Amino acid sequence: MRSALVIAGKDLRQRARDRSVYVFAIVAPLGLAAIFGFVFNPISDADFTATFAVANVDQGPLASPLVDGVLGGLEEDGNVNLVHAASAEEATRLVEGDGARADEDIDAAIIIPAGFSARVQTGRPAELRVVQNANSSLASTLALAIVQEYARQLDYVQGALTTVVSSDPARLVDAAAIAERAGATPGPVAVRDVSASIKQLDSTTFYAAGLATFFLFFTVQFGVNSLLEERHAGTLSRLLAAPMPRSSIILGKAITAFGLGVVSMLIMIVATSFILGADWGNPIGVALLVVAATASAIGVMAMVSALARTSEQGAVFSAIAAVVLGILGGTFFPINQAGGVLAGLRFVTPHAWFLQGLGDLAGGALGDIVPAVTALLVFTALTSGIALVLLRRRLNP
Amino acid sequence: MRSEGSATDNSQPVLECRDLRKSFGELTAVDGVSFHIAAGETYGLLGPNGAGKTTSISMAVGLMRRDGGQVLLDGEPLDPGTTSLKAKIGLVPQDLAIYPDLTARENLRFFGRLYDMPRTELRSRVDEVLEIIGLSDRADDRADTFSGGMKRRLNIGIGLLHAPRLLVLDEPTVGVDPQSRNAILESIEQLGSEGLAVLYTTHYMEEAERLCDRIGIIDRGQLKAEGTRRELAQIVREHDRVRLSASGSLHTGAEAIEGIAGVQQVDIVDGGIDVLVEQAGNSLMAMLSALDEAGVSITGVEIDEPNLEAVFLHLTGRSLRD
Repeated sequence: MRSALVIAGKDLRQRARDRSVYVFAIVAPLGLAAIFGFVFNPISDADFTATFAVANVDQGPLASPLVDGVLGGLEEDGNVNLVHAASAEEATRLVEGDGARADEDIDAAIIIPAGFSARVQTGRPAELRVVQNANSSLASTLALAIVQEYARQLDYVQGALTTVVSSDPARLVDAAAIAERAGATPGPVAVRDVSASIKQLDSTTFYAAGLATFFLFFTVQFGVNSLLEERHAGTLSRLLAAPMPRSSIILGKAITAFGLGVVSMLIMIVATSFILGADWGNPIGVALLVVAATASAIGVMAMVSALARTSEQGAVFSAIAAVVLGILGGTFFPINQAGGVLAGLRFVTPHAWFLQGLGDLAGGALGDIVPAVTALLVFTALTSGIALVLLRRRLNP
Repeated sequence: MRSEGSATDNSQPVLECRDLRKSFGELTAVDGVSFHIAAGETYGLLGPNGAGKTTSISMAVGLMRRDGGQVLLDGEPLDPGTTSLKAKIGLVPQDLAIYPDLTARENLRFFGRLYDMPRTELRSRVDEVLEIIGLSDRADDRADTFSGGMKRRLNIGIGLLHAPRLLVLDEPTVGVDPQSRNAILESIEQLGSEGLAVLYTTHYMEEAERLCDRIGIIDRGQLKAEGTRRELAQIVREHDRVRLSASGSLHTGAEAIEGIAGVQQVDIVDGGIDVLVEQAGNSLMAMLSALDEAGVSITGVEIDEPNLEAVFLHLTGRSLRD
């Protein structure tokens, strides 16, 4: 252990003289976090309200739950403004901005065509239409999601209706009531869960944390890749000839990387809190997440570095890994909101778990970060194990 | 050349290598190399590049795993996993093994700490070594501001710092200017006389002749011969080296000599021709006649004992510079 500390002390002294480490550890993440925070803060922190034009041409029993129940409920909550149109054409014109009420900023039109309820009740194909405003991608996507969710609920109810009708036609009259109940089901509420502020970081904290994690991987590589640099410089043979276990060399490099990583994160946390107003959350939870994230970053970068044969190759491999994992992990944008495969794939990166942990910490208790910390430690164990196997071969020619 | 017939011949070897073997895939790098070094003795491994010198010493100091053989340091077995015994070895690798962004003093201190030297002892020893390697006045300058020779001297100083029993120098003068080279060789001569066992690899015949008490000639992974310079010269005792100081058409003259019976090798050198010949007395007149006919003027004749180059050529059929 003493030898490892001596090696780490020497490495840290070298890194302190190498100005590039300051760029990766402090200047770049702090600068980018400030830029991202200033650019996106006014947008994402403003009260979000979507304005939809609604054309209830159908006026039937299955249209009412959507218009009055779902959309009306959102309007009451202040999330949506509704502009009622008399026809599908008027609603479309409103979205296109050339209607009589062009002063309204309409994000999307929801059109319930004539005969919609009747078609659904008799088991025939029916459609709901959404006209999206190309300039309002987020709000119009929300309109589409609400309508899709309602349609999905109706599909479910339709199956029940068909069964009811075939066994007891007299109960057909209950269809509207069933549909009304379907409309009241918490489908759209799921949308509210996705954007629930209680489990999300504010934009400044998100970008500060994302970029700090992104650059953490570059920072720890200064420690991890130094083993390759020692070999390139010829000093590795001298370390190997010294009276110490070979594991001390690896441990020394790991201590260096850990020190650099934790210090860079600490500086980022303090700086973004005081300068940008980021709110990282419970300090103990943040400390646990930082330690686990730094350890996982060392493991990942050590594994990547161990695959390289030269220090130049190691730097290239590390940079590629840091960028790809950083983007996939959602350090530049909240990739979880993209949905689909990408949203799930992010959890193959330590970055996503770190951000998830911070989000959980922001909206919950200290214990809520256990899954994230556990995942990060699993990353550490797996990648470090592979790296050790590869590095031991290199150190025992 | 240092005095032969070392007084340490009967002492226990500091380093003993027995039947060292190492292969890299199909390539046999070291094939049954054995040698030993006593305290106060400088042992040279002489061979061309790629002969197996570095691989041999890498196994000897526990840097590299062996395929076969044994290494004993002060009678105790040394393996790559052995840590305590390594404190007895000072290694000066062929490549510069210093940190250019640290000062000379910082470099020395760092390696001293790795050898677990007490802080006060380390401080005084660093100053002492800086004096030995002539870098006291540049002690606090970064190594990347040093000349090549100064870096080489620092490289050697790190190997000396912890006062090892065995100093291993792997071609320490490669790429060094003549002045620095001479300073390095003088330092090594001094160390040998102070009782340190020195293992020295080189492909420079002159260095081996000057520094080493005993020399092992290594080629293609095998130790071809071993002994003092005189013992090695006995291997080719029937050969003489004739140095002809001459002017005129030396190439024509050299071609004329090559055909004479007993002539083994002819080299054109600065200001004359070197000839390796069996029994110089039998061939000298014929050589002088041939040169005269070739229009070469002879201004001097010198007959030497065979040097290590001749021995190497005799043993391997090729030159050290091949």
